[in-house]
Order: sequence, then structure tokens, then C-alpha cells
Amino acid sequence: MSDAMPVREQHRTTASAWGGGESPFAVPWAKLMMWLFLLSDAFTFAALLTGYAAMRITAGVWPGAGMKAADFFHVTTVVGPMTFILICSSATMAVAVGAARRGDHRTTVRFLALTVLGGLAFLGMQAYEWTGFIREGARLTGFVGELGGKIQPMFPATFFVITGFHGGHVTSGVIYLLVKTIQASRGRASAESVEITGLYWHFVDLVWVFIFTLLYLI
Amino acid sequence: MAEHHENVRGGAWYRTYVVTWFWLLVITGLEIATVFLGLPRLAVILLLVTLALMKAALIAAYFMHLRHERLNLIFTIAAPLILIVILFLGVARDALNVFFLRQ
Repeated sequence: MSDAMPVREQHRTTASAWGGGESPFAVPWAKLMMWLFLLSDAFTFAALLTGYAAMRITAGVWPGAGMKAADFFHVTTVVGPMTFILICSSATMAVAVGAARRGDHRTTVRFLALTVLGGLAFLGMQAYEWTGFIREGARLTGFVGELGGKIQPMFPATFFVITGFHGGHVTSGVIYLLVKTIQASRGRASAESVEITGLYWHFVDLVWVFIFTLLYLI
Repeated sequence: MAEHHENVRGGAWYRTYVVTWFWLLVITGLEIATVFLGLPRLAVILLLVTLALMKAALIAAYFMHLRHERLNLIFTIAAPLILIVILFLGVARDALNVFFLRQ
């Protein structure tokens, strides 16, 4: 059958999108792998947040009788600005990616450094929130002190696990960004690698959207 | 793709980033305001989840450039996310049973 097929026709068959002749996604390999990693990470966060939702629904009263989760945190003065900072750092990252694509190294380095600063500010504010919460008696296994017994033990447990896991991602992201900033300042960061770093950082911002909504606002 | 790269060179992307950034901040402001509006609990939850999904879509589409990727990649990333909805619905059903048994 194939012997009878014209040469040009044979070439088109073997070079079809899924035949191995060309990339069906039209993205570099490293970028595709980052997307797949982020997809798997999304499932981890989804499992954590689903577990949190299940515990909250079954508890009925959350975190305790006559209390709201927002009573324990500084939603408008700390957590709101934390969200603002993370969104701004995502925007500076996007500008760094755009600059890297245009070959503007100076702007790339400047905006990567701004993104690092945003990440550090976010981590500092999260440390402040954690300190305040721990001082109120929150522990990984439940509340101690005068609030002990009045509050669902899973309230501080889910808070520390979910925000801690996200904070770990932010910390890794800041280190990743620092390395990329140093590479870019030496002219050794390709536009593609800056874009892949950006994908990771935007994902951290994307996950925070749900943590902010589910843990602090609802 | 060609148009996409042309936009990158032309600087149209910066406008897109600024507009996306602006709307993300507006939606965040709306989210915080929703908590203090005194709406019924279910309405607050539905509104906040909808606003969070809108923010996530904006970040993925414009900051992560997913909107400008091939449809193959968009479906490969987006389709498995249905599993999260299935996971939540399965677990929520069980959790609601326990909740109503306790009432």
C-alpha cells in the first residue's frame, strides 16, 4: 500500500502531529515538563483543600461556637496586602518574561529582582501571621490555653499544613528566582528558562487565590 | 503563534499584563468586600468561589500564556482538572451526610 503512495504523501503521513515527526504541543520540552509538574502539584493542593473542606463541613461549627476563622487573622491589614503583593509579583514576573523574549536583559534582571522582593515580603508577612496565631495558642494538633477545647483541633492543623505547604512553594520559588536573576545578570539565562521560572511563580500565585478564599474569607 | 510573537516584540503584552494585574486587584477587592456585605452564607460562598475561579482563569490565560498555546496543550492541562471536581463532589457528599446526621 505504502509502496504505491507518492513520496510527498508518505512524508505527510509520518510527519503528522502525533506521529513523532513534530511536536504536537509546539512548546519546548522543558516547558512541557514544567506544565506537567504544575498539573501534578495542582492535584496535591486540590487534595489538601478537599480534605480541609470535608473536615469543615463535617465539623458543622467552624472554628468554634460564635467564632469566625477571620477573627484569628488580620484579613484586611496583613492577608489582603499579602495577596496584593503576590499578584504584583506575578505581574513583575510577567514583565520579566516579556523583556527576556525581547532580549532586554537589563529589564529582565530588574523585574526578576522585584519579583524576588515580592516573594520575600510575602514570606515575611506570612511569618508574622503564623507568629500571631501561635501566640494565641494554635498548635499543629489543636489549640492550647484558654481557647483549648473551644476550637476544632483541625482548624489550626489544616491552616498550618496548607499555608505551610504553600509557603514551602514560595520559598522554593524565591530561591529559583534568585538563581535565575543571577544567571540573567550574567547573561546566561535564556528567554525560555525565564518563561519556565515564570510558570512556576504564577502557579504559586494561582494556588494562593484558592487558599486565600477558602481559609481566610469563607 | 506568529501573531503571539509579533505582540511580544510590539509591546502589546505589557498592556495585557497591566490590564490583567488591574482586574486581579479589583476582584481581590470585591472578594474582601463580599465578606463584610452581610449576604446569606451560601451566597457568600458561591460568590467567593466564582471570583476565585475568575482570578485563576485570568492568571492561567494571560500571565501563564495558556490562552496563546496550542489547543492540544490547553486541553492536556485543563481536562484533568475535572478530576478535582469529581474528587470534591465525592468527598462532599459523604461530609454532608455526616453533617446532617449530627443536626
